[in-house]
Amino acid sequence: MWFLDVLVSLPMLVAMLAIVGFVGAQARVIAASGGDVRTLAALPKAHGTNAALSVLMPAFASLIVLSLVRLISNQQGVDILTPRVSFWLVVGIAVLGLLAALKKSTRTFRAREASEWWIKLLLIAASTVAVLTTIGIVLSMVFETANFFHQYSWTDFFFSTAWSPNFRGNSALGILPLLWGTLYVSFIALLVAVPVGLFTAIYLSEYAGPKMRSIAKPMIEVLAGIPTIVYGLFALMIIGPMLRDYFAQPLGLGDSASSVMTAGLVMGIMLIPFVSSLSDDAINAVPQAMRNGSYAVGATQSETIRQVVIPAALPGIVGAILLAASRAIGETMIVVLGAGAAARLSMNPFEAMTTITVKIVSQLTGDTDFASPETLVAFALGLTLFVCTLGLNVVALIVVRKYREQYE
Amino acid sequence: MTLRTQSLLVRDDRTRRRNAAERRFRTYGRCAVGIVALALTVLLVTVVTNGASAFRQTFITLDIPLPEAKLDKTGTRNPAVMAKVTTLGYAPVLRDALVQQLADLGIKTALSDKETGKMISKEAVATVRDQVLANPDLVGTILTIDLLVEGRIDGYFKGRVTMESAALDGNTSPDALQIAQSLADLGVIKTRFNWRFLTAPDASDQRPEAAGLGVAILGSLYMMTVVLVLALPIGVAASIYLEEFTPKNRLSDLIEVNISNLAAVPSIVFGILGLAIFINFAGFKQSSPLVGGLVLTLMTLPTIIISTRAALKAVPMSIRDAALGVGASKMQSVFHHVLPLAAPGILTGTIIGLAQALGETAPLLLIGMVAFVREYPAVYNDTAGLFGEAATALPVQVFNWTQRADPGFAERASGAIITLLVFLAIMNIAAVLLRRRFERRW
Repeated sequence: MWFLDVLVSLPMLVAMLAIVGFVGAQARVIAASGGDVRTLAALPKAHGTNAALSVLMPAFASLIVLSLVRLISNQQGVDILTPRVSFWLVVGIAVLGLLAALKKSTRTFRAREASEWWIKLLLIAASTVAVLTTIGIVLSMVFETANFFHQYSWTDFFFSTAWSPNFRGNSALGILPLLWGTLYVSFIALLVAVPVGLFTAIYLSEYAGPKMRSIAKPMIEVLAGIPTIVYGLFALMIIGPMLRDYFAQPLGLGDSASSVMTAGLVMGIMLIPFVSSLSDDAINAVPQAMRNGSYAVGATQSETIRQVVIPAALPGIVGAILLAASRAIGETMIVVLGAGAAARLSMNPFEAMTTITVKIVSQLTGDTDFASPETLVAFALGLTLFVCTLGLNVVALIVVRKYREQYE
Repeated sequence: MTLRTQSLLVRDDRTRRRNAAERRFRTYGRCAVGIVALALTVLLVTVVTNGASAFRQTFITLDIPLPEAKLDKTGTRNPAVMAKVTTLGYAPVLRDALVQQLADLGIKTALSDKETGKMISKEAVATVRDQVLANPDLVGTILTIDLLVEGRIDGYFKGRVTMESAALDGNTSPDALQIAQSLADLGVIKTRFNWRFLTAPDASDQRPEAAGLGVAILGSLYMMTVVLVLALPIGVAASIYLEEFTPKNRLSDLIEVNISNLAAVPSIVFGILGLAIFINFAGFKQSSPLVGGLVLTLMTLPTIIISTRAALKAVPMSIRDAALGVGASKMQSVFHHVLPLAAPGILTGTIIGLAQALGETAPLLLIGMVAFVREYPAVYNDTAGLFGEAATALPVQVFNWTQRADPGFAERASGAIITLLVFLAIMNIAAVLLRRRFERRW
């Protein structure tokens, strides 16, 4: 009898109670009005909505609270709430809500205001999801990182230059080689993305005609919309072998297809639209009057751009570069497929190196044991990454806000 | 003191230098745009040319006598009993059929029977077995069927494997390619469009020819459903509150900064969140589309909120004032007037957010979606719940295939990328059309 199961399942039961409330409250006030709904303080529909929400909202909230209580108590090894108890608790709360709403549905009750209060509560709850996500991110990493530092000394983690995880124990888990790889790849990526992105933005906003712009802008949007896995595959199958065959091997710099250069170049291409669209906004915000003033004293267009437009747009451009750097540090798929897996401290850009994100992936996929430092190190790496990117974002935000000239 | 410029009609050195600098600067700009165009073209062209062949597959048409002695010793034609004959029992049947066919067609070869048998895909054995078990009466008759050939042979017809590379390859030989060529000349081996690539599940390491995207597409579809159902209402509700109702205070400022920061958090961090909170803490199933969908929801939420707020902001104040003026409550003015007018913008933003989520890989790796899954996941089942059965996703499947040794998988990965890009293109074009059709300028 599967439909019986569905019928007595929690969502179904609560939904039915809500419908009962919706219909019942309306019927009650219509009866109370004596046939003339104009004598009511609120439309019957508002009464119905209020009753339905009075059932749904408390039930939903209690369901979330009860599940959390159950999860946490299970973590502690005690079982306070059996599923059956929490089921009836939720249903009970829903019934209480229904009865209260029905009781309130009288001729003078301002049901619309009550229902709007519920809706506003719903809106507030939705907007806290973003905050909860941030809290979740921090909590998820802080606890496991603390676990990790109980088993592995933090000085070794931050200052050791050796990375060689060993699942039989006795691993060296120093972040420095990974940090070096991350920064090296990001540096090369920015070396590609910043000049190209900036000049693209300058050319498109200052020189290009509408026709050129109508071709180039969508092109940049397409580049921005391509998923990173595609760039990763591009690095792995095309750029990597090409760099190896035409640069690394003839120059005697190495014979690995995955290298810092491969990942950096491809990541640079990925970041071009990012840099160019943000710089574009900054350049377009510079008022035309400033350009005209510069032309009036005889400057050429490029002189105007270099000496007037760029300095005026600089905070926005610096913000764009910082955001691009934060993107580069956190980028995963391109480095997983393009940079290699060997932790190494080397200056040679044609050698395979590895990054923080690559190691997070490799330590957390496959067989993982959440008690061993080899797995837990991923959370410490994640937290480091999160703090770095957050710092960059905040600095970018401050730069843009504080130093931006307001031309209005 | 000497005058630097003698005549207006003669350009002096300084002007010439400045004009040269101007031209140079402009050239830099052109070069930058050129680099963008070049990068995009090379990227798309190489991926498409590498992957297009994944949509074509080489098949061999075989007449297979199905001997009762081997496949149904009891003669009862009972599928339950016949299922005892494993694929190992079917392999010789197929091999003999191919050897017989070669002899009938008069193709001579130096290869042993065993090596000849290797020309047929290991997947083909399972195909024949399934056919026989589904229809036991086939035993004793001759089954004519199109079967997959081995990956290297397939590669030969697509130009990936050559006689020279085959000579160095332990899994095939120039002789085998020779046979394949003769069979192709006779029309027994054909290369044609391959629907299986889009519908079949993944296949194991040794049989790239059989690998398909069915499970991955289904998994991605489920996750997108979860994202749409959760992210759209939550995102819209949050934006309405932030744009229309929030008092300007500390809390709303905190939420704003939070959202803009969340939009810039690396995607892999969301994977860690999913692993620690949804799987380890809340006990959801690993590699289930539900967890994937939840993680992607949290990731796309900032995108949707930012674009929804822009859409709400674009609705002019006079609309709200008019509604309030005829006695609507604040809530009514928003839900009856502002929201419908902002709907096209919200929808466009949502589609773009979904497209982003569809291409996201890194967080899904951490929540176990790299697993090898051959069963099509069901929407609901009793033990796993809604969207609880293990699945993979399109971009993760690409990653998965790049990690395999057989070069046949490289072609598959590019083919999967084409499929992914087609989906993304459809979504983005839909967003653009929606914007063009419904966008209002006030």
